[in-house]
Amino acid sequence: MSVAPPLLAVEGLTKSYGGVHAVRGVSFSLRAGEILALIGPNGAGKSTCFDMLNGQNRPDTGHVRLLGEDTTGRKPREIWRMGVGRTFQITATFATMTVRENVQVALISHGKQLLNLWGSAPSYDRGEAGRLLELVGMGGYADRPCGELAYGDLKRLELAVALANQPKLLLMDEPTAGMAPRERVDLMRLTAQIAREKAIGVLFTEHDMDVVFEHADRIIVLNRGTLIAEGSPAEVRGNPQVQAVYLGEGLLYDAGHREGASA
Amino acid sequence: MRAGNTFVGAAFALLAGGMAHSALAQDIKIGEINSYSLLPAFTEPYRKGWQLAVEEINAAGGINGKKLVVISKDDGGKPADAQTAANELVSSEGVAMLTGTFLSNIGLAVSDFANQKKVFFLAAEPLTDAVTWSKGNKYTFRLRPSNYMQAAMLVEAASKLPAKRWATIAPNYEYGQSAVAVFKKLMSEKRPDIQWVDEQWPPQGKIDAGPVVQAVAAANPEAILNVTFGADLVKLVREGNTRGLFKGREVVSFLTGEPEYLDPLKEETPEGWIVTGYPWYSIKTPEHDAFLKAYQAKYNDYPRLGSIVGYQTIKSAAAILAKAGSTDPEKLIAAAEGLSMPSPFGEITFRKIDHQSTLGAYLGKTALKDGKGVMVDSVYKKGGDYLPSDAEVAKLRPKD
Amino acid sequence: MAFYVVQFLTGLASAASLFLVASGLSIIFGVTRIVNFAHGAFYMIGAYIAFTLTERLSGTFGFWGGIVMAALAVAVIGVIVEMVLLRRIYHAPELFQLLATFGLTLMVEDLVVLIWGPDDLVGRRAPGFRGAIDFFGQHIPSYDLFLIALSPVVLGVLWLLFQRTRWGVLVRAATQDRDMVAALGVNQKWLFTSVFAVGVFLAAVGGALQIPRDAVHHAMDLRIIVEVFVVVVIGGLGSIIGAFVAAVLVSELNAFGILIFPKISIILVFLVMAAVLIVRPWGLFGKPEAPARKTPGLTVNPWRPLTSNERLAALAALIVAATLPLFAGNYALTVGSEIAIFVIFAVSLHFLMSVGGLASFGHAAYFGLGAYGVAFLAKMAGLPMIVCLLLGPLLGCMGAAVFGFFAVQLSGVYFAMLTLAFAQIVWSIAFQWVSVTGGDNGILGVWPEKWAASPSNFYWLSLGVAALVTIALRAMVFSPFGYALRGTRDSALRSEAVGINVKRMQWTAFVIAGTTAGIGGALFAYLKGSVFPDNLGISLSVDALVMVLLGGVETVSGGVIGAIVYKALNIWLISQTDLSKLVLGGFIVLIVVVFPKGIVGMLEMLAQRRGKASPPGSPLLAKPIESAE
Repeated sequence: MSVAPPLLAVEGLTKSYGGVHAVRGVSFSLRAGEILALIGPNGAGKSTCFDMLNGQNRPDTGHVRLLGEDTTGRKPREIWRMGVGRTFQITATFATMTVRENVQVALISHGKQLLNLWGSAPSYDRGEAGRLLELVGMGGYADRPCGELAYGDLKRLELAVALANQPKLLLMDEPTAGMAPRERVDLMRLTAQIAREKAIGVLFTEHDMDVVFEHADRIIVLNRGTLIAEGSPAEVRGNPQVQAVYLGEGLLYDAGHREGASA
Repeated sequence: MRAGNTFVGAAFALLAGGMAHSALAQDIKIGEINSYSLLPAFTEPYRKGWQLAVEEINAAGGINGKKLVVISKDDGGKPADAQTAANELVSSEGVAMLTGTFLSNIGLAVSDFANQKKVFFLAAEPLTDAVTWSKGNKYTFRLRPSNYMQAAMLVEAASKLPAKRWATIAPNYEYGQSAVAVFKKLMSEKRPDIQWVDEQWPPQGKIDAGPVVQAVAAANPEAILNVTFGADLVKLVREGNTRGLFKGREVVSFLTGEPEYLDPLKEETPEGWIVTGYPWYSIKTPEHDAFLKAYQAKYNDYPRLGSIVGYQTIKSAAAILAKAGSTDPEKLIAAAEGLSMPSPFGEITFRKIDHQSTLGAYLGKTALKDGKGVMVDSVYKKGGDYLPSDAEVAKLRPKD
Repeated sequence: MAFYVVQFLTGLASAASLFLVASGLSIIFGVTRIVNFAHGAFYMIGAYIAFTLTERLSGTFGFWGGIVMAALAVAVIGVIVEMVLLRRIYHAPELFQLLATFGLTLMVEDLVVLIWGPDDLVGRRAPGFRGAIDFFGQHIPSYDLFLIALSPVVLGVLWLLFQRTRWGVLVRAATQDRDMVAALGVNQKWLFTSVFAVGVFLAAVGGALQIPRDAVHHAMDLRIIVEVFVVVVIGGLGSIIGAFVAAVLVSELNAFGILIFPKISIILVFLVMAAVLIVRPWGLFGKPEAPARKTPGLTVNPWRPLTSNERLAALAALIVAATLPLFAGNYALTVGSEIAIFVIFAVSLHFLMSVGGLASFGHAAYFGLGAYGVAFLAKMAGLPMIVCLLLGPLLGCMGAAVFGFFAVQLSGVYFAMLTLAFAQIVWSIAFQWVSVTGGDNGILGVWPEKWAASPSNFYWLSLGVAALVTIALRAMVFSPFGYALRGTRDSALRSEAVGINVKRMQWTAFVIAGTTAGIGGALFAYLKGSVFPDNLGISLSVDALVMVLLGGVETVSGGVIGAIVYKALNIWLISQTDLSKLVLGGFIVLIVVVFPKGIVGMLEMLAQRRGKASPPGSPLLAKPIESAE
């Protein structure tokens, strides 16, 4: 085994609400440059698990380590400072600002210029902002107000914002929710490409099994708060337990099912 | 709509603001400021009073042959706006003197302005002692009997009561606080045996009368001093009547005999309160008769105390201007100091020592007559008799 | 013992009218998110109409019938207001409705005097409830007992209405999640109108029931409106039970508080509110506000720094303004100074509101603290003017640092109300601490030194400082700090996810705005030569809000224009007419309807429309622009 710690190591995460275990003893790890999908039926504990990684929720027990450093219970902004970028299931962007300004805010934060009252923000790290936007294919939209963007473009913008702190790890909560099938493929291809180029680890949750099986290097499956399977797409697809879980929902083969609800 | 034009008008008015307009050069202009929009119940009769005075003065040939013009401004009840108005009157309208004001803090703000800009100011209604004493200045005179004088008149009657246990109810601001303080001080001098058993300080205009009445009743005083007025007084009286607070207790009350405060009480008027006020219906002097007749003829309404104050303010101003024969502030001060003149309440004098007029007030008891509140057994108390000695006054007033 | 029971009952009776009015406000806010400043005005109109009716109609039926008819009549007025005015502006930026209802309030205050005359009116006592009931030697007015019984009844009726009717279910759903109800295809228009009518009806009942115990007069609205807001917030917005509990809590604390601290009632509700909000940020029974969902596809003019041409134009305007002393008289110059000072005040709040997304209802506190700072330094320490001007605003800065720390822990209306509470606490200190502040008689004689005493010099000083402050704040909008602050306004979630400490950014903005307001206050003290508690009062805070909203909260320079227009108009109207409130209120209502984005917002839109080939549709139909939650 390698000497260096894995990029992300999750050990025995447990969270319960009023005696009900939402997540129970979940452990897994993630290497740099790897794309890991976290799947499971509704109520399996994906979101709870995800929120414990990004700092929005605090586990009852268990640990999250990023490159060996314990991030358990840290605030989202502290975790970001440790090199974790994230996107949201329902995009969270700065709606009244332009696309470029959205990226610039993240760059300003990354450059620790938040309390700089006198500098010029419009020219702040314009080059880097432009490069990030080009990277996600949004170069032509830099001066557009963010509020005017189509949903798929907002997702791309979020990706650019998430990359602004040169993250080691990307956490993406249902990255393709609410997108047209064509856009999904594009976005995930782009993500995968960036992740490989920059050796960024990616953890994403997803309902769309086509997306999952096409883009994930590895998949972990949650059901009722516990990890029931882990492995390559082929392994997971063939896992009878997983099939049993998903048969009830029919989701494994009906990828479009959830979109109406989350849009 | 009208408002749209107003906006355009505002822009023009600001540009033109520097230039004086209207009244002719030979007219004598007095600037008048009061809280017309905030306190219309008090300032409307006041305005009628001074308008009557202006009419009479001009009908009698004006001031040394010149027509008197009063330019009146609203202060919205705010000291800062009163100063803006004062500034407009002085800088832009070129008035010879400032008069008016009702609220104490506005009176003080305009007085301070007058002192700074060296303008003569005749304060009409503000009651605070500070106007003529602790914050008095050379340029400021005052007509209405001050807090101290009202308190002294009430104490004269109150100290004869057998009551030993006293409670106070006063609005929680400078006027209420100093009224209570002066009353207590003068009372304790005359009656060292008195005990102060409770004090209530409801916020001005926001009395929660029920709990206040209960709290006072619980202290079981033999007599009560009231300083609240206006809507607060109405609530206090109503709760007090229902809960029997005033039964078997003496009540001494500032200003409650003024029609402004007494009339709204109608059939709720409590009987036997010792009050200062203005019983216009029972004053039988030739000076007052003349005023009353003229006022009723012009307005078909009876006068309030504000009418007297408004009327006498402008009459006093005219007398001062006539004597000075000039609009120079220094000459006006010289003319005003010690000047005596007639008033509907008899002759009054502006004292040289503190610029306070000796206008007095009526002291009497409240009674209910035909479903209306009136003052009975009222006696005029001359203001000059209820002021401290000159030596004391000199100590109170900063050196000019 | 009997005494304490009776004092308790008396407190309950006081709570009744407070609860009636507060429940109406709470329902309206819960569903429409309108901060209905006119609620006190409806309460007052209810009392006036009830007075007229109960005087005309005789007998028991006449009295109670008059009360009900008055409340119904006011509800009809409320419906008209909602349909004619508010419906047009539901989609305007948040708080813009506050401006409209503020304008209405101003108009009503003058209108009632025109209709009913200036005198206090004392109506008759309630038939059957004239006397008092003896309770172990203590007297309880029977009308109090009636009121005590009434409020649980009203509470019960409202509860049934909300639990058992379809309308009530919709209202509750809308209170929880407005967007969802819209998505369900409910006729939102009529839901809002009916809710507004019910809320107004309750306010009017509250007012009408005052007839037997209060005097009816034209300042009744102000007396109750702030207190009612406080009760609603303590109870938790949208919660009827909360309003009830809070009304009882406040009234009982007052009833017993005055036994120990007779002077407490002036500040009590604000102390309670501040304490409650610090411990429970959404009030006693409130729930965290669901973050407003941002509809994709909204359009906002992106902010940008001025182009060089625009800079030249601004410079030219400044130069023109600076030439005023060449042709204008002293009065115009003093007015000019006052306007310049209010520009400082308005841009400071505008910065906080538009860039930080934090609407402070108590911004005058920091303006006033700056003024008092100057007064203390000048009168007590005898420092020279220039030193006072530099150090005075630090008092505003310190106040903002302390209060801001607590305030930014909250958001939305709760933030606004906590700032209001702090401002009232500061105000009451200035008002009560007579030995230091002079109480309501203020501190006099704070006049400028010779070099600044002439109106033209003082005008240049004020204009110069106003220009510097405006430029500095504008630069800050386009600084890294300003960008990040706008980020926190648009999405706190995203901001935290890119490493921004949202609270710290907001706190910093609060301190900057407070300090800047303090600069305005410092100049104001010298302009007026005196300082009064007014300088930190609610009406000044409201003025500041109005100036910002009037100018346009979504713009960069709205504060400047709003201050100039509002202040100039205000001064001119006060000078010209005793009915200044009526005209000013009418003007504000008109602006709200015609320019729902504020004056500058409207100008920008016109400019943009000229630039584009096809107009993007009527401004009144423009899609909602939800600012920060």
